[in-house]
Amino acid sequence: MLAFLIKRTANAFFVMLAVAFLAFLIFRSFGDPVEMMVNEQATQEDRAALRERLGLNDGFLTQYVRFVTNAAQGDFGISYRNQQDVMVLISERFPATIELVLVATIISLVVGMPLGVLTAVHRNSRLANFLQLGSIVGVSLPSFVVGILLILAFSVSLGWLPAFGRGETVDVGWWSTGLLTPSGRQALILPAISLSTFQITLVMRLVRAEMLETLRTDYVKFARARGVPRARVHWVHALRNCLMPVITLTGMQIGNLIAFALVTETVFQWPGMGLLFIQAVTFVDIPVMAAYLMLVSLIFVTLNTIVDVTYAWVDPRLKDDSAKAGAANG
Amino acid sequence: MAEPEQTAPAAKDDLRARQANGVWSRLRESDLGYSFVRHPSAIFAAALLGLIALSALLAPWITPQNPYDLAALELWNSEIPPIWDERGQLPYLLGTDVQGRDMLSAILYGSRISLIIGFASVILALSVGLTLGLIAGYFGGWIDNVIMRIGDILLSMPFILIAILISAMATASLPPSLKSALAAPILIFAIAVPSWVQYARTVRASTMVERRKEYVQAARLIRVKSWRIMLQHILPNTLTPIMVAATLNFGLAILSEATLSFLGVGMPSDQPSLGTLIRFGNEYLFSGLWWIVVFPAVQLCLIVVSVNMIGDWLRDALNPKLQ
Repeated sequence: MLAFLIKRTANAFFVMLAVAFLAFLIFRSFGDPVEMMVNEQATQEDRAALRERLGLNDGFLTQYVRFVTNAAQGDFGISYRNQQDVMVLISERFPATIELVLVATIISLVVGMPLGVLTAVHRNSRLANFLQLGSIVGVSLPSFVVGILLILAFSVSLGWLPAFGRGETVDVGWWSTGLLTPSGRQALILPAISLSTFQITLVMRLVRAEMLETLRTDYVKFARARGVPRARVHWVHALRNCLMPVITLTGMQIGNLIAFALVTETVFQWPGMGLLFIQAVTFVDIPVMAAYLMLVSLIFVTLNTIVDVTYAWVDPRLKDDSAKAGAANG
Repeated sequence: MAEPEQTAPAAKDDLRARQANGVWSRLRESDLGYSFVRHPSAIFAAALLGLIALSALLAPWITPQNPYDLAALELWNSEIPPIWDERGQLPYLLGTDVQGRDMLSAILYGSRISLIIGFASVILALSVGLTLGLIAGYFGGWIDNVIMRIGDILLSMPFILIAILISAMATASLPPSLKSALAAPILIFAIAVPSWVQYARTVRASTMVERRKEYVQAARLIRVKSWRIMLQHILPNTLTPIMVAATLNFGLAILSEATLSFLGVGMPSDQPSLGTLIRFGNEYLFSGLWWIVVFPAVQLCLIVVSVNMIGDWLRDALNPKLQ
């Protein structure tokens, strides 16, 4: 077990080194950091001094090692666009994205699981077929289209909910939360729904597939034979045995949701990391792009590694690597 | 030309006719055809997709206006609502945008761009993925390791992030004169890069199984060249799961293209895809011009829903467990 843990961690470490290499390449190939940082009046000597101070005259490998060491300490330099420390910029935006993703995840579980159970239990009924068709539509709807349609319906036509921004926020330590104010909660509703549509259908389809298998097992038949009410068998006994894959999927999807939140954040002008990243892309603000890329990849890789290790711990057969080829799919 | 066939031309024609007939009846009587006929949703989706593709391809001949031709746009025709509104005007069935562009024409031209980019990126990802997967699975060893590790790294970053980075970086490094011309190829490449890995993994796994079978050993024994064994003998036996993945990825590619264009790192405004049109419309969300954003969005959803319905049916139809 320890060997497997070390192997997985080392693997994740090398993947992060490779991602850092990509980020570093982007850094080196686009724009001259010196030109971005000095003002108009800077003399040739000032520039040369800054170049020397930033270590841009060193060899490729030295610079890469320095980039990785700095990145590991959370130092990504200064944003080209607004001259602030990149890590400060990102950590200001971090709570907004995480709150959005967590609420979307909760919605997807609360809505997706009952729908999955319903479609499995009433298999081939009209309701189940309708929901099954609905799940294809849910997978196919682009999240920005969902967002735009929600804004059109609930903000423009009905005027019930705000269409952009995060409302009022309250600081709890360094974490600024919108969950504690009425306007913050209202502002969260539409973005969270639009981010969760895809996830709802994923959860629903997974629960349906798992339930169909579970309903065939003997213990379910036995529970019915013993006189346990049908609803209790379905919603308690059977559903509980479908939860493990759902938890795994939810865990692994959080990384994807964080990345995909950038689309939702653009539609709703939600002040999270994703919006920061998209603005950085338009201005070719490389330090911010590199930091975001590395942070999201780190979350992604960490979650995948945790899932892998937990699985190997639960089911020792999976320590054999070949058994889980193709387990992770973006 | 004194072949024996010449003596019996009638028999030859007959044979040819029976062969042609055979293709159709074989298609109809195959498992897949049988399943297709019995699935109304698959038939509906295929018909819808066919209609959309046909109207998109014929766009230059059936639309009332060329939406890219700025000279054809008249500003006094701008912001006309759809035809069923009392202020609607012919020939603008779905209304016009703020520049006087006919929405129906823009949508058909936009669908053409979306479909072409989606299709081309799937073909590119397929050819790279199949090639690398075959090589990795057939030869094994260090080359397998290198290919699969690159794939692992790509899969350790979110799909959408890779595509955005590639598209943004490629566009930033181009001179302004080339940006518009190369926008579509860049997008195709940006979407194909994170998607080849799935094909490569699938083909590699089945190649590793097929490689040990007797027909491959026999082919090796009589010194058939490696590339020929891979392409002619192994590849056809790995294609079933690939077909399903490719169909579903076609929908995903169209979605990704639309997302990138919506975010402003995709198709530029002078050759708008459906995503670009939705981005324009999004700017007028609060001015009551709902038709500028809703119609392109509906068209995009119709395309992706029909592709996914076909993919869903194909997955069930090709799944041996369900037969």
